Amino acid sequence: MIDTLLLSRIQFGANISFHILFPTITIALGWVLLFFKLRFSATGEERWMEAYRFWVKVFALSFAMGVVSGITMSFQFGTNWPGFMGTVGNIAGPLLAYEILTAFFLEAAFIGIMLFGFSRVPGWLHTLATVLVAFGTTLSAFWILALNSWMHTPVGFEMRDGVAHATDWLAIVFNPSMPYRLSHMLLASGLTVAFLLAGVSAYRRLIGDEQPATLVTLKTGLVLAALLIPVQIFAGDLHGLNTLQHQPQKIAAMEGNWQTGPNKPLVLFALPDSEARENHYELAIPNGASLILKHSFDGVVPGLDDYVADDGTPLHPPVSAVFWSFRIMVGTGLAMLAISWASLGFAWHRRRGVAGLHKLLLIGLVAMTFSGWLATLAGWYTTEIGRQPWLVQGVLMTRDAIADVPAPMVLATLLTYLATYAALLLAYVGVLFYLARKATEGDRLMPEVSTSITQLKTAE
Amino acid sequence: MHMFGDPATWLPVTFAGLMGLSILIYVVLDGFDLGVGVLFPMADAKEKDRMIASIGPFWDANETWLVMAIGLLLVAFPAAHGTILTALYLPVAIMLIGLILRGVAFEFRAKAPAPRKELWNRLFFAGSLVTALAQGFMLGLYIMGLEFTLLTIAFGILTALCLTVGFGFIGATWLIIKTDGQLQQKAVGWARQGLVGIIVGLAAVSLATPFVSQRILDKWFSVPEFLILAPLPLMSILFVVVLWISLRHLPDTHDRWSWVPFAATSALFVLAFAGLAYSFYPYVVPEKLTIYEAASAPESLFIILLGTLFVLPIIIGYSALSYTVFRGKATELRYD
Repeated sequence: MIDTLLLSRIQFGANISFHILFPTITIALGWVLLFFKLRFSATGEERWMEAYRFWVKVFALSFAMGVVSGITMSFQFGTNWPGFMGTVGNIAGPLLAYEILTAFFLEAAFIGIMLFGFSRVPGWLHTLATVLVAFGTTLSAFWILALNSWMHTPVGFEMRDGVAHATDWLAIVFNPSMPYRLSHMLLASGLTVAFLLAGVSAYRRLIGDEQPATLVTLKTGLVLAALLIPVQIFAGDLHGLNTLQHQPQKIAAMEGNWQTGPNKPLVLFALPDSEARENHYELAIPNGASLILKHSFDGVVPGLDDYVADDGTPLHPPVSAVFWSFRIMVGTGLAMLAISWASLGFAWHRRRGVAGLHKLLLIGLVAMTFSGWLATLAGWYTTEIGRQPWLVQGVLMTRDAIADVPAPMVLATLLTYLATYAALLLAYVGVLFYLARKATEGDRLMPEVSTSITQLKTAE
Repeated sequence: MHMFGDPATWLPVTFAGLMGLSILIYVVLDGFDLGVGVLFPMADAKEKDRMIASIGPFWDANETWLVMAIGLLLVAFPAAHGTILTALYLPVAIMLIGLILRGVAFEFRAKAPAPRKELWNRLFFAGSLVTALAQGFMLGLYIMGLEFTLLTIAFGILTALCLTVGFGFIGATWLIIKTDGQLQQKAVGWARQGLVGIIVGLAAVSLATPFVSQRILDKWFSVPEFLILAPLPLMSILFVVVLWISLRHLPDTHDRWSWVPFAATSALFVLAFAGLAYSFYPYVVPEKLTIYEAASAPESLFIILLGTLFVLPIIIGYSALSYTVFRGKATELRYD
């Protein structure tokens, strides 16, 4: 039977999945826009400003999507998960409050100037607004990842009468998994934007766009991707080792490893069976997991069987979801590495640079436009489902935080949210490519709008 | 922390004040931009663009005050946050859908292919309307002590309608400031029609609140409280008169007084809010949970307070900057 707990989890998962798509874009895109703006100031070349003008529209759209879906999150703590704030509110509260105070207002106030103030304020103030918005989105990520990391590796508190009380704020903010998670997420944002830039620019090339701005964004995207992906793979590895230290049961689920022991293989493919507690159809590299996690062939890798209560209830996360999410993330990352390096290598050997990229590579880049989203979501599913059955590791079980709302009511709101999100996502992707076509073909697609602007101008 | 006496007393009071301030700022600021959305179907295509331009640079910051208010409720009074939001589960969800639709419609209506613009215009209206109705409904149920009976739901529907009219009204007064010509004239007309709704709404809430509980009745209708509080209703009547007169004479030839209706409406909102705050203090969940019982641990509240006191002036500073940059009559919003 589908109960309130599962429905609320799906609903929160759906909301936060939808929400994270847009900050993932705005965090890095803010800095990329600043880069375009600074390049324009330094060189005076129109192509940089063209690039800015196109991508600031994408930024505005993504920003609005992020804002409204973020508001939803702040209410859901109360509507569906009152036990969360009831138990760890003394810690989660200040972190969320600082996000609102330092980041939200900063972004919200300066986004107006950044978007519509170009001709109203001096150039330096417009650039400053861009810096502050980019800084605000990053700061927002800092606070929210501090809280999220604390939920995985809680420190700096004591329990009094079943309620967590803060004892050391520095330890809480800079908890053990925080630096790894924050770097991993910021790099993910950079990669998402890199492939978005490259994908949309490749699309414009394919439909015959010869503008210099398109080439410059294509190149920016590819170079950014090629630079960040090796760093990301390295950061992800460090994050994994950190998780091994603090949440070994999550690593066991990611590796699909049931029994603790040395010489564990790296499982490439398998169907984990949580009833039989073993893998079917396993395809694995001998000693691989031991080598990656412990850096020696006979390194001992933790197994899921160590995390079962005496009565047989598993105290580890659901294995298949974590196992597969992890593989999707890693697979997408490897595809990113391959295509970004291949594209740059190809461009390197041609005199025309990225302008001479082969059509097949361009098609590949278009297909990879949203690969950053895929990898980010898969990564978050890995780490968040990997924390189950805990909401705050070792402190609060997910099932103990649930609100007493009837299941049909949760189902009703869940379906409404899902329908809204699906429609908005379609509209977002549709408008993104529509903007790309419009920019490629000039204003020919929207004659009525350009006439109305002309009329407005004459009227003034 | 102990400088001002027992932190378990003064911290909850301070945070109740901060939360009240955030709600008040939210109701005035997002009130006008939600209201502009509620008025949307009454304008033609060009006027719609102008209406959007009058709120485009501000709506996001305005809505942040809602996040701030709900954030303060969440962090300062976590027990109340859970109780209130669980009780209002469906209206909250409906409001959120409304906020989502109108928020993205700002962007989509300007960026989607021209034939789709009308769809996004409708969604912008629908989202604004649903948000205003849901907030009014929640206000009514909150006043009624979060009980669900036929009577309280009927009262909720009444407050839903009144708050929506109120938002439409303050939206119209905002448009009187930010526009000129025919749209300004239209806005004056909308405001004139809405004034009746404002009066009904204020009267309904003022009359109903004292009869919800004996405690609130005693707080208002006993000597000397009744005399001390008399300025509240008297000033409200004064501002209604100011509105009535100013709306009769607007638009004026030199556009010198176009700010008066918006200012008077904001003042009315402040007075109404002050009355409600007085009625419900010290309860955060009416008649069930006081701010002292619901408050977080003092050490957590204190660290938030430090940040708030440091950051709040800065927030007010750059909000002022934004309103200064986009002062004057609204013109077309452009990225370049």
